[in-house]
Amino acid sequence: MKDINLLHIVISLLGIMGMVSLNAVLVVWLERKTAGRMQFRHGPMEVGFHGILQTLADGIKLVSKQLVAPSHADTALFIMAPVVSLVPIFVAMMPIPFSATILAHETDTGLLLVIALGLLNTLGILLAGWGSDNKYGLLGGTRAVGQILAYKIPLLLTVLTIVILAGSFSLREIAMSQNGLWNAFMQPVAFLIYIVCIVLETNRSPFDMAEAESELVAGFHTEYSGMAFSMFFLAEYSYMFVAAALATVMFLGGWHGPILPAPIWFILKVYFLLFLMIWFRWTFPRVRIDQMLMMGWKVLLPISLINFLITAVVLAL
Amino acid sequence: MITSYVHEIVRGTGSLLAGMKVTIKAMLSRTQTVQWPRQYLTLPQRFRGHIQLVPVESTGYPKCFACGNCARTCPSKCITVKGKKPEGAKKKSPTTFLLDFTKCSLCGLCVESCPVSALGFSKDYAMAGPSRQDFAEMDLLSSLASPFSTQASKEKDHG
Repeated sequence: MKDINLLHIVISLLGIMGMVSLNAVLVVWLERKTAGRMQFRHGPMEVGFHGILQTLADGIKLVSKQLVAPSHADTALFIMAPVVSLVPIFVAMMPIPFSATILAHETDTGLLLVIALGLLNTLGILLAGWGSDNKYGLLGGTRAVGQILAYKIPLLLTVLTIVILAGSFSLREIAMSQNGLWNAFMQPVAFLIYIVCIVLETNRSPFDMAEAESELVAGFHTEYSGMAFSMFFLAEYSYMFVAAALATVMFLGGWHGPILPAPIWFILKVYFLLFLMIWFRWTFPRVRIDQMLMMGWKVLLPISLINFLITAVVLAL
Repeated sequence: MITSYVHEIVRGTGSLLAGMKVTIKAMLSRTQTVQWPRQYLTLPQRFRGHIQLVPVESTGYPKCFACGNCARTCPSKCITVKGKKPEGAKKKSPTTFLLDFTKCSLCGLCVESCPVSALGFSKDYAMAGPSRQDFAEMDLLSSLASPFSTQASKEKDHG
């Protein structure tokens, strides 16, 4: 299993690309439908059954549009930024176990790999903000960096809590260790902190500091159009999927569940979490940047630290 | 200090949950919008659309006898009425009834002033056109039967 086979990699990458596109189509549709229903509207209804193909139609429209770079933009960075944002997804999807046997590539440190690759999204946002020579873009990019400092430490502390419980960094083994009781019930505080952190990590409302329409026009992607914009879009929804998949593996018992086959359980849990994130977005107002930083440093960090210490002490005893 | 810190977190979480309850309830309730143009709203009885002529039920001819009260009452001067007696009839009947809907403010004074209640409000709210001229001369007679035979009315119109 450990030796890397080229054909294996190619097939997994193709599968992941299909997965990423399908997921984006579905989640964007789910998001727009949920938003509509929460505001007593129908949401998309025209393209396909109840508008299910609306995202596809929008995608075709975006592909056919021109990418306009501002005249003083750093063109290399400007074009690189959406690629930097999207490409790590394909690697980050590799170690995610859809069941005990269905996973693209198993590594002993899968959890660390996925979290490290998640950081590259912020790099992409910073590059986009810097490269587009736009004050709103730059503000959005710097905010994303401020945000990452505030949430990554509590995120890693909660991840460590789960790692010392499971005794492994491998996503498959973490999921296997929760055959009986899910970690969400063993570690409710860590679960809650992780849920807040994935909303922060995926730059979604109420923590969408980097785009904050009411303050920064569209933040880091103000200057982007056409395919480059849709790559950011694709990246956002794919990071949501990866973050929700990690949460499923670490807290909701991965693929474990009665009656239904394992991959179905996994997908159901992931989409439940995705729905939760959509639900958050259409319920909570955006917090201010200082409130967000205050919450990260003064609430999430101490609580996750205390939770980690207590877990370590209890396990040592 | 520490109790107020914990209290703040608990209170905040409670308010977040209350907000989520509101949105999920909204999501599961009926939508308020309809799928126009496939579905139309059922309009209330007293909805005020543009004015229309009310027909006599037995014949389908307009009740209007072209007295011109509505045209005189109209504050925007947007109604033009002309009428003649059809052959063998006692009352006049309108030959021209034009509404300039670009000026009409839907005040309803014409409907109120009509002595025989020959004017009413239509329930047509889905009106759109590519140019202003489409609504500058709306012919309200076109939807009703005419007491003038087509041949006769042409002769009268063109003198």
